[in-house]
Amino acid sequence: MSFDATNSSKSFKSVGTRPLRPDGVDKVTGRARYGADFNMPGQLVARVLRSKHAHAKIKSIDTSRAETVKGVKAVVTAADLPDLTDGDPALFAVLDNCMARNKAMYDGHAIAAVAAIDEKAAKAALKLIAVDYEILPHVTDVDAATLPDAPVLNEAIFTQGVEPKSTRPSNIANRTEFGHGDVDVGFSHADSVVERSYKTEQTHQGYIEPHACVANCNPDGTAELWVCTQGHFVYRQVCADLLGIEVSKLRVTSSEIGGGFGGKTHVWTEPVALALSRKANRPVKLVMSRDEVFRASGPTSATSIDVKIGANKDGIITAATATLRYTSGPYADMWAELGAMTSFACYDLENVKTVGLEVIVNRPKVAAYRAPSAPMAAFAVESAIDELAQKIGMNPVDFRIQNVASEGTQSSYGPIYGPIGIGPTLEAAKAHPHMSAPLGKNQGRGMACGFWFNFGGQTCTDLNISADGTVTIAVGTVDVGGSRASLSLIAAEELGLSYDNIKAVVADTSTLGYNDMTDGSRGTFSTSMATISAARNAIEIMRHRAALMWDIPLGDVYWEDGHAHAAGTKHGNLAPLSVKDIAAEAGKTGGPIAGHSELVADGAGVSFATHICDIDVDPETGSSRVVRYTVIQDAGKAVHPSYVEGQYQGGAAQGIGWALNEEYIYGEDGRLQNPGFLDYRIPVCSDLPMIDTQILEIPNPKHPYGVRGVGETSIVPPLAAIANAVSNAVGVRMTHIPVSPPRILAALTDAKD
Amino acid sequence: MRYERPDTMQAATALLAGAEAKSFVLAGGTDLLVRMQNDDFEADLIVDIKAISGMAKVTETDDGFVIGAGVPSVALFEDTALVAAWPGVVEAANLIGSTQIQGRCTIVGNLCNASPAADSVPALVAAGAVAQVAGPSGTRDVAVIDIPTGPGKTSLAKGEIIQAILLPKPNARTGDAYLRFIPRTEMDIAVVGVAVNLTLNEDGTVIAARVALGAVGPKVILVDTAAKAVIGSKLEDVVLQALSESCSAACTPINDKRGTVAFRTQVAGVLARRAAQTAYTRAGGK
Repeated sequence: MSFDATNSSKSFKSVGTRPLRPDGVDKVTGRARYGADFNMPGQLVARVLRSKHAHAKIKSIDTSRAETVKGVKAVVTAADLPDLTDGDPALFAVLDNCMARNKAMYDGHAIAAVAAIDEKAAKAALKLIAVDYEILPHVTDVDAATLPDAPVLNEAIFTQGVEPKSTRPSNIANRTEFGHGDVDVGFSHADSVVERSYKTEQTHQGYIEPHACVANCNPDGTAELWVCTQGHFVYRQVCADLLGIEVSKLRVTSSEIGGGFGGKTHVWTEPVALALSRKANRPVKLVMSRDEVFRASGPTSATSIDVKIGANKDGIITAATATLRYTSGPYADMWAELGAMTSFACYDLENVKTVGLEVIVNRPKVAAYRAPSAPMAAFAVESAIDELAQKIGMNPVDFRIQNVASEGTQSSYGPIYGPIGIGPTLEAAKAHPHMSAPLGKNQGRGMACGFWFNFGGQTCTDLNISADGTVTIAVGTVDVGGSRASLSLIAAEELGLSYDNIKAVVADTSTLGYNDMTDGSRGTFSTSMATISAARNAIEIMRHRAALMWDIPLGDVYWEDGHAHAAGTKHGNLAPLSVKDIAAEAGKTGGPIAGHSELVADGAGVSFATHICDIDVDPETGSSRVVRYTVIQDAGKAVHPSYVEGQYQGGAAQGIGWALNEEYIYGEDGRLQNPGFLDYRIPVCSDLPMIDTQILEIPNPKHPYGVRGVGETSIVPPLAAIANAVSNAVGVRMTHIPVSPPRILAALTDAKD
Repeated sequence: MRYERPDTMQAATALLAGAEAKSFVLAGGTDLLVRMQNDDFEADLIVDIKAISGMAKVTETDDGFVIGAGVPSVALFEDTALVAAWPGVVEAANLIGSTQIQGRCTIVGNLCNASPAADSVPALVAAGAVAQVAGPSGTRDVAVIDIPTGPGKTSLAKGEIIQAILLPKPNARTGDAYLRFIPRTEMDIAVVGVAVNLTLNEDGTVIAARVALGAVGPKVILVDTAAKAVIGSKLEDVVLQALSESCSAACTPINDKRGTVAFRTQVAGVLARRAAQTAYTRAGGK
């Protein structure tokens, strides 16, 4: 059934309220079941042997001694995961990342795995696996990898997207370009130009729950997987493809999720657990240690970005360019492309050009991290924008407002914008008391804007009305950021019920149609659309049932405020029928009442934010503290405002950590030096101020309630906002994220010399 | 792995003296239990000393304070006499880990773990603390500075356990302070640590000083030149500058994931100046 998703302005009863979250009590009392909390009888424990070399040819693997350890039931290597990827390079990259085939490509790359009756036996067996490596030269730095003398990491990679075609293998896998106008002409009209190079270090999503799963392959060819994931349907597809299982025979159930932020949109060890279970003919539990999570899952790109922006003396940007180099780990990917697309998305530019270069390095395969690739591009661009504003003597807010994109603007990455929120967030920032509050000694203020695409995608939802008139909704998008609460509010709104009458559950892959994963800030956007559609379908059925119960024509029954009403006066004074009344008679009027919806949620609606940050810097030590932070973001319509605020605060908190201290540190030997939370420094509570939020609601015209995704954009501005604040506090332009105390102190010392 | 919980120190030292190579003493367990999670960790024997009498007590004597090896950091903070006498030692012990960790961790464990970055060790060294070492053939007293010999290494012989830390009674008009640099606000490891202990005469002139640095060398460093720089002064600006420079000069740090040589050297001087000012005030100086 087609569904009209057009926004129709209405007043809401449930949407916009702040009821208690349905998963809260379970989570705070420890009852919630996360990935590692599932167990099966006869379950084995799996452990993975990982490379301690950054780059090495695997000459041979001898597992014979490991197999003899008492309690060991299976040992697998790449030989147990034959290549079924049929020339699909992206799928092959996933396979090779799960288990190295010919070469170990980074410190932490999986080489072999063991399933045993207990941890001790598994650990003992790992020590007995003999791997004969031929150590190869490695490169981990984004810029070093592009130098002529860098070791070529994959002889089969030739730079794509260049003319003439590349004839020599290169660590630059792909080049993409976006923009319009003529930047040379644009720069010739500029009165002031800022041109700088920036760098950001690799960070991890830092989810507190490590990857965990239980895999069970049955002798009849069916299999089950219980796993912590952002997308169990996608995990099912990828695992089935890699293991050669028919998709419908693999049933994947998602657990509660202790953070994902994009890192749980990719499979890591799940195919290995399935391969072990298949070989051992027993269920296998595989839980990554924190060390493994850092070394072999997750991280975002390290980047090196050159930006040039010119403006005339009236404050109009005449031209802007950026060249963005993003690491993707050992395999080709499209992270720089996303950076190139997002760089200048906040601005209305006549002449703009961005170039993205995907760089191969000996680091873990890069994964999505909350608005992937956008924060680094925003850091570089928003730093240059700030500097240019100072150079031409304009207030940084006014300079941005002067050049801001609005409805009808051709974006720097191509599309023409519909109604968007960047202008209103800037106007709100300008008017916000934070912007004019006095600063103390050694304090600086910074601001920055951010953009994210948002996504909709394939969605399927079931809504079942029980005999007592209460409702369950079964959704296929994993609840990462509170979608069960939001969707319950949406169902309550449509059906005219109270929030307490709705129970939302995440269904497994065998009980619901396909759903894309919870990424692209799509969870509440797309699934609310499907939930509204399913509810309206259920209402249609209830109208039929009411007509039957009253024995009047369907056309005389209309639905309002959670009740079927008989139209007009010709049917006498029939009392309206509630959902409960109709549900109670369902067995006599045609059976259970349910609404279904299958749709592709188009029109996600791009998202924008503006952040303001005050920072206090100790000029003698380079120590910094964020003392005030404000997030202003467009939500379209905030379904559950507390969760929306939580998303704003969470993105800002992660961005603050990224900006100030988080970074992957590699040694000369190409090994990761800080694979743990002690030396990979995410912020602790006392590091952060209370993060203020301001929700703007500029309705998305393509959602019935005007909803836009809100999960990701909040991490885009912080790197730039903080770098601008620190630069303003110390009077030296900071161009390397994280702006950690040693970098701040070194910059101050250099400036003095 | 064998776990033992003896009730006398004699039994504990005998167990360790007779043990295989991989044996460990367990008090607070905040380092050991974490290490036990590592794939590479193996142990034959763990000797838990918390059941031995006196381990959990802080005793004030005529000479000073005896702090048992099982006393958690938080208990030091709750001992008002100790806080009054050695505020710098207590503040250092209460910077270790987190609030939860401080409920279990001990300054003896901090010392025996022999991390160059241990927070309480520079403070103990500046205070002139002594470790009371029990062994199979009796006890001996060792200056705290002589316990660590390098990262993860101590001068303790096989079978020896530090059963207590002895802190002297401070002279009149004495004050100590400890400051460390961490990139976060808590739950972190010192990139630089500085402890200063000063004794003043009636007119506020420094007559005795000890300055100790942590995390800027393979083990804690007692900086005699820094002490000489402040003795005879009232911490005038030029003296503080000399103190700062002598501390920076005494640093022998490395570049690592926690900081650079330049950063550590520079910040050691800054923290020394700030810690000295706090110690001076605590000693009654104005």
